[in-house]
Amino acid sequence: MAEEMRIVLRNYGKIDPLKIDDYISLGGYNALKKACATDKTALIDDIKKSNLRGRGGAGFNCGMKWSFAAMAQADQKYVVCNADEGEPGTYKDRLIMENDPQTLLEGMAICAYAIGATKGYIYCRGEYPQVVKILNTAIAQAKEKGVLGDFDIEVRMGAGAYVCGEETALIESLEGNRGEPRYKPPYPPAQGLWQKPTIVNNVETFAAIPVIVEKGGEWFASIGAPSYPGTKVLTLTGDINNRTFFEVPTNTTIREVIYKLGGGIPSGKKFKAVQIGGTSGAFIPESQLDTPIAFDAMTAIDAALGSGAVFVLDETRDLVDVTTQIAKFFEHESCGKCAPCREGTMRMFDLMEKINDGEGSAQDVALLNKLGRVMSYSCLCGLGQAAPAPVLSTIKHFPADYNAKFA
Amino acid sequence: MDYKNIIAKFADVPGGMIEAFHAIQDEFSYLPEEAIIEAAKVFGVPAADAYGVATFYSYFSVKSRGKNIIRICESAPCHIAGADEVVAALERELGITMGNSTADGRFALEFAQCVGQCQATPVITVNSKPYFDVTPAKVVEIIAEYK
Repeated sequence: MAEEMRIVLRNYGKIDPLKIDDYISLGGYNALKKACATDKTALIDDIKKSNLRGRGGAGFNCGMKWSFAAMAQADQKYVVCNADEGEPGTYKDRLIMENDPQTLLEGMAICAYAIGATKGYIYCRGEYPQVVKILNTAIAQAKEKGVLGDFDIEVRMGAGAYVCGEETALIESLEGNRGEPRYKPPYPPAQGLWQKPTIVNNVETFAAIPVIVEKGGEWFASIGAPSYPGTKVLTLTGDINNRTFFEVPTNTTIREVIYKLGGGIPSGKKFKAVQIGGTSGAFIPESQLDTPIAFDAMTAIDAALGSGAVFVLDETRDLVDVTTQIAKFFEHESCGKCAPCREGTMRMFDLMEKINDGEGSAQDVALLNKLGRVMSYSCLCGLGQAAPAPVLSTIKHFPADYNAKFA
Repeated sequence: MDYKNIIAKFADVPGGMIEAFHAIQDEFSYLPEEAIIEAAKVFGVPAADAYGVATFYSYFSVKSRGKNIIRICESAPCHIAGADEVVAALERELGITMGNSTADGRFALEFAQCVGQCQATPVITVNSKPYFDVTPAKVVEIIAEYK
């Protein structure tokens, strides 16, 4: 255990990402050929059997999602790649796109065949203009080689809105609108981009597809945790010796990630907390470090795997200060469409700032707890529902940090 | 290039208003009011909607700003790595506070959320080009590149 296993990053460092021939020489586009020679239903069944679940954070069964779009009747369907990697502390999708863009295109093309789409979009965040260039080069090369058949892919660039990582907000942005989430249902596989059946998957999800098609669903299902099989790319930040990335099977524990792969805490300091899944994740104490980095195991401890960001804090860190900064982030990134999020993130930041400035009391913490609970079930989309997690988890696991701040 | 010509290039792109805004900003560094109104006409939406798009996204500015846009990440990993000191150094070096532009129109200073380069915090970007493990001392060198 605690060994790296590279599936989505299998070609990392082995190919020149700007040369499609390098990708092809390592077996690239064989999976697409194999997929196109397979019956569509059988192909989707194999993806279902792999139990691949969305790597963007929601963890929905990928094959199941595809089957909804495949069943939908429409004159046009779309395949959309969510490359709006905005979760602070996360850069896994950038790694994949910078180092192996063709694997993303191949994964999208397999999806297009499976659901019957001829048009795809990659929605790449505005912070990554260099990645947009790489993707456009890769698409041009794939078109020239003719490997994508009649499937056309276009890259669109976001403009700095965290909420656009939510799939219906992303769709609104692709349509040229404000990136505000839609009411659901209908879900995108039924009515998505321009009201047509649309599959939105994360970069890491698409990157796993060619390997699954090549080696079979059963092979993938046997790796890592059975309910969330495969690997996950983790990006380690904060107080950790190895501030880098790892791809590991999903039954690897948080402790192994921090102490074996991550090399532990610098300067001989003690561990205090780790926030997993990005800035919307819960802060996890030492007592829960033996939890595997699998979707359901993380949910069971009231945390989330999310994007796979691993943000480590040592014993000297002030969790109230860090959480206040996070509350500021959500106040800024709330799109304002629904009141519980728009008002809630603002009040949450107000209260955190008050406590952080030494002007708070136990009543303010009680109020934060109540506000957080209400937001977690009343906000329209995942942004507002997850925003309270850092606050609620630090209150729960690290009350001493709050008590130390009271006036 | 004239903003009208830029917008015209995207007229037939479905949902192309955001792409058009990116292109206008590449040229002007912000979205002039008349360009937003023109975009509304070309894409067949009310001016209010075009303005709504222009003000929704943090990378778009409806106010004139400096040519070289310096953004500093204030997300948690950069925050604990000393982003505050980098902010202070940038403000000192440019003689302006966050959210403002230098009088000569050369620099704009903005906060950003995570720019996805968290292997080397704190991070700043200049015109979207990232600089890694930034310290107050490095700030001076980075700014000199653009003077």
